[in-house]
Amino acid sequence: MRRLTLPVLALLCSFAAAPAAAVTSGSAAPDFVLKSAAGSNVRLSEMRGQVVMINFWASWCGPCRQEMPLLEKLQQRYGKLGFVMLGVNVEEQSQAAQKFLKDVPVSFPILWDTSNSVSRLYAVKAMPTSVIVDRDGKVRYIHPGYKAGDENTYSDTVRALLRE
Amino acid sequence: MRRAATPLLIVAALALGGCAIEPWVAPYERANLSDPIMSFSRDPVSASYMNHVHEVREGARGAGSAGGGGCGCN
Amino acid sequence: MAATRSGWRYGLLAALLLAGGADAAVLPEDRADLLYHSYDGGGVEVSGPSLLVRKSLGDSVSVYGNHYVDTVSSASIDVLTTASPYADERTEQGAGVDYLRDGTTLSLAYTNSDESDYKADTVSFDISQDMFGDLTTVTLGYSQGNDKIGKSNDPAFAATATRQHYRVGLSQVISKNMLLALNLETITDQGFLNNPYRSVRYLDPLSALGYSYEPEIYPATHTSDAVTLRARYYLPYRAAVYGEYRRYGDTWGIDANTWEIGYLHPWRENWLLEFRLRQYSQEAADFYSDLFPRQQAQNFLARDKELSTFSSRSLGVTVSYDPGLHWNFIERTAFTLSLDHIQFNYEDFRDLTKAATPGSEPLYEYTANVLQLYVSLWY
Repeated sequence: MRRLTLPVLALLCSFAAAPAAAVTSGSAAPDFVLKSAAGSNVRLSEMRGQVVMINFWASWCGPCRQEMPLLEKLQQRYGKLGFVMLGVNVEEQSQAAQKFLKDVPVSFPILWDTSNSVSRLYAVKAMPTSVIVDRDGKVRYIHPGYKAGDENTYSDTVRALLRE
Repeated sequence: MRRAATPLLIVAALALGGCAIEPWVAPYERANLSDPIMSFSRDPVSASYMNHVHEVREGARGAGSAGGGGCGCN
Repeated sequence: MAATRSGWRYGLLAALLLAGGADAAVLPEDRADLLYHSYDGGGVEVSGPSLLVRKSLGDSVSVYGNHYVDTVSSASIDVLTTASPYADERTEQGAGVDYLRDGTTLSLAYTNSDESDYKADTVSFDISQDMFGDLTTVTLGYSQGNDKIGKSNDPAFAATATRQHYRVGLSQVISKNMLLALNLETITDQGFLNNPYRSVRYLDPLSALGYSYEPEIYPATHTSDAVTLRARYYLPYRAAVYGEYRRYGDTWGIDANTWEIGYLHPWRENWLLEFRLRQYSQEAADFYSDLFPRQQAQNFLARDKELSTFSSRSLGVTVSYDPGLHWNFIERTAFTLSLDHIQFNYEDFRDLTKAATPGSEPLYEYTANVLQLYVSLWY
């Protein structure tokens, strides 16, 4: 029995190594529905036909706060061309995020992922994480983290997808 | 059993390597850890001064600071 | 054979640790702090400012500068019994740079401490690595120090000492609400390690006091090891509790234990309160004695109360207020007041200001009050 323990463990671990949700470039973006700050429910599949950028953020995350005004710029620039930014807030309690949004208001929908179901669905590995989905609902670009200048990459990707 | 120890350790290492230890606190679950009150050194100017106050009057020295925790962003 | 077996295991452990891969991190916050500090105890008054300014340059680099001053007026027990009260000023300046790439932070720092009879230069290098999904942080550090010792009443006196620090740290996220950190530091110094003004006393029946003085003699080398374990826990109603334990030992025979516990309580929107308790105890150095039996009783002689058997207990409280200011480039401000009350009790260091038969003077004890008042700006 003891002789089998290690090989069995190795076998189990090799299965565990495969990620739970395979959200990779080219795969279909998993659908979800979340309550928005405006009060209505927002469903991802309803955005089919538009280029969608899903940004996972939190008010306690420095780079997320830094990125927010730049995401608003993206929305202002491409909104009329068939683009929508979805700001998915991952906090269990929304008060801190609401306070932040008073100081940094945005025109795109803010969705409350209070139970982290969507964060898990998208296997979010860094804060913030941006996922860009094309008009057919396919994930085309995943970007973990935020560093100054990343907004240019987002802009280029969105523009390319809008042209498709 | 002793002779098998080294090869067993190699297999264990490979098995664990294959496992790629999944973080048990996801990046989006770090709200509390990123709170300034959870920082080991919230005010460096004060921490460094108090460390000096103690070191000057005590025989012990060293192992005074710690980092880590935080928001784990980027 | 046994040595290669161990080698295998350490190699395996290193491979496992590094297999976690590099993750990511953020630079320390941009902030400026202006502190007024004051220490008053045992006849010693030390006060002065400390200015610390940190700014990031881009996303990868953060620099800081520090200017610190100690204005000392000392009528301490040592001074009262063997010298005369004095005043001095010590200035310490430091600067450092942190470079962040992926999950690795490289830090370089330099400090220079300058007073009339003591100059110290230290260069430090630290490397910090985030791994295992940013749950673990491993740090390695090295510092090198060079000291020049002088004597205010003897311009011909010049001595030197060098120091080397080796640091290892591991910080681990235990749960959504708990952090643990382990730090080890080995410091080795050599050269002139004692105080050129200090003396030891020995029994001398020929002297009026019953004892006489001779200069202290310390070993030319000193190696110490310290290990600190820290834990911090987040309480559900938004508060934090922390504990810290440090174990210290060195080649001079000093063994010390430090315990600290604290509680942080945010109150209302803008206030933060902290309460802490610290307990320190140490065993005397091997060559320490309050009263030696005769002159040149042993190779090494010390009567420095810092090397004696003693314990100290301190109680501290900090109150911090954030007025919620938002002005131009200033994101946040805070005003903090911190008070610590320390009680020192010596078990083998006697108060010679109180005359008695040599060796039976009362044991020395004193209290000190530490005040800190600072303004912090985040930008």
